[in-house]
Amino acid sequence: MNAFDWIVQLSGIAIALAAAPGFHGWVNQCRAWLQNKSAPSLLQPYREIRKLFHKDAVIAENASRLFLLAPYVVFGAMATAAAIIPSIATRLPFTQAADAIALVGLLATARVFMSLAAMDVGTAFGTLGARREMMIGFLAEPALLLVIFVVSLTCATTALPIIAERLSAQSFALYPSLAFTAIAFTMVLLAENARIPVDNPATHLELTMIHEALLLEYSARHLALMEWAAALKLFNYACIGFAVFAPWGIATNHAPVNLALAVALLGVKLTIAGGGLALIETVSAKLRVFAAPEFLATAFLFAVLGLLVRLLLGA
Amino acid sequence: MSMNTLPIDLQILNMLAALLLLVSFAMLSQRRIVTLVNLLALQGALLGIATLLLAWRTGVHHLYLSAALTFGLKVIFLPWLLHRLIRRLGVYWDTESLLNLVGTMLVGVLIVVFSFGLAQPISALASTATRNSIGIAVAVILIAFLTMITRRKAMSQVVGFLSMENGLFFGAMSATYGMPMVVELGVALDVLVAVLVLGVFFFQIREHFDSLDLKHFESLKEEQ
Repeated sequence: MNAFDWIVQLSGIAIALAAAPGFHGWVNQCRAWLQNKSAPSLLQPYREIRKLFHKDAVIAENASRLFLLAPYVVFGAMATAAAIIPSIATRLPFTQAADAIALVGLLATARVFMSLAAMDVGTAFGTLGARREMMIGFLAEPALLLVIFVVSLTCATTALPIIAERLSAQSFALYPSLAFTAIAFTMVLLAENARIPVDNPATHLELTMIHEALLLEYSARHLALMEWAAALKLFNYACIGFAVFAPWGIATNHAPVNLALAVALLGVKLTIAGGGLALIETVSAKLRVFAAPEFLATAFLFAVLGLLVRLLLGA
Repeated sequence: MSMNTLPIDLQILNMLAALLLLVSFAMLSQRRIVTLVNLLALQGALLGIATLLLAWRTGVHHLYLSAALTFGLKVIFLPWLLHRLIRRLGVYWDTESLLNLVGTMLVGVLIVVFSFGLAQPISALASTATRNSIGIAVAVILIAFLTMITRRKAMSQVVGFLSMENGLFFGAMSATYGMPMVVELGVALDVLVAVLVLGVFFFQIREHFDSLDLKHFESLKEEQ
């Protein structure tokens, strides 16, 4: 590991931190266009984060230290995850430090802290949101792990950079198993990031919200960190998807040309993925909370079918 | 990675086999009878495409004929007949299935594992390029069986029966490039007649019990 690797790694993290709110804004913009509304600017999420950082924080009287610590832990976990996922280059110090299973653990840590913090103040909504978040989480996590197992079986490793390298190196072939797992992964992405079939990110309607209920007690810089972390989480999931299902163009060495190409391709992929995500959200209706387990069971089933097809048909 | 060595037509055949399995699961979870019939037509279409592709690949001419038979009978005629029956009988929904959805799905997954184990020795004996799909064919048959077991309405049981026939056809195709033409024609005719007779039967059942729910059949027992 030389100094240049570290520079690439740090700039990769910086790109993730900077691009995440933009990606969030892009999804919102596409959604507004598809729904015939006038779209907010692409910079809107940045403006909101900036505004929140300039406000004074109001903290509930009976909040413990955990409540104050949680935003930093969540944001830190998401930033670390962004460093682990090979979004631009594969041969980096951080991407080789942890594999996909550790990554799932990291995301779970963030979820636990978020839920604990929401329960900490003791309001009814916080507890309700935390419970729902844990319900979604414990159903989504097995599906996500199975998706990773299918890909690991195909590539004989659980390390994401090696998976991305091997899949991008081979010639085009039809993989029914990967197609099934891609569907499962998309469903998990929607559920985990509080997108429409499971949660509506654009509403504060009390009875249906999950993600917003968790953040009700936060204000100012804490809220800014939480919102930024949520945008990063969406960005991270998109990058996991790219690394596994569309790994073309991720740089396997550190030639400046390849790195520039990787960044440009990442931008193209994010643009397409954002549009696709907005399309899914526009054409589907929000499920009742009690129908969410069925949605996630379907995702799990897709992942299991992918696994079976992979193991038994060898495809 | 073994996939790279496969030619593209075999890859497509594998894809179709996987999709057949997926459609079977969709049928297992579907409670609307209209959608169930549409899924059956989709399954028939996938089967027809697979047959066509296999015929082109192997040059076995009677497979073209079975593909035509599949499209004519299973994609167009039988779904049309079933849709007509649904409209005339006014049955659009099945009642709650006997097992809950997630439970049925889990049983379905176990069935897939079981049938792959079952098909392994057969696959080892077969010499066709598609021998890996035998396991999927057995799974499709058994899942269709499960669909029949967990439903109460006569209509969805008939759809399950037809889906089972699709699985048998696919199994014969992957194990030996299709049964002899005479057998295939015979089976096709059997299925056709069975559905026609069952169609008449539905009206009889409804006239007798005022419903298509098969639990009423229990009252036909002899008095103790």
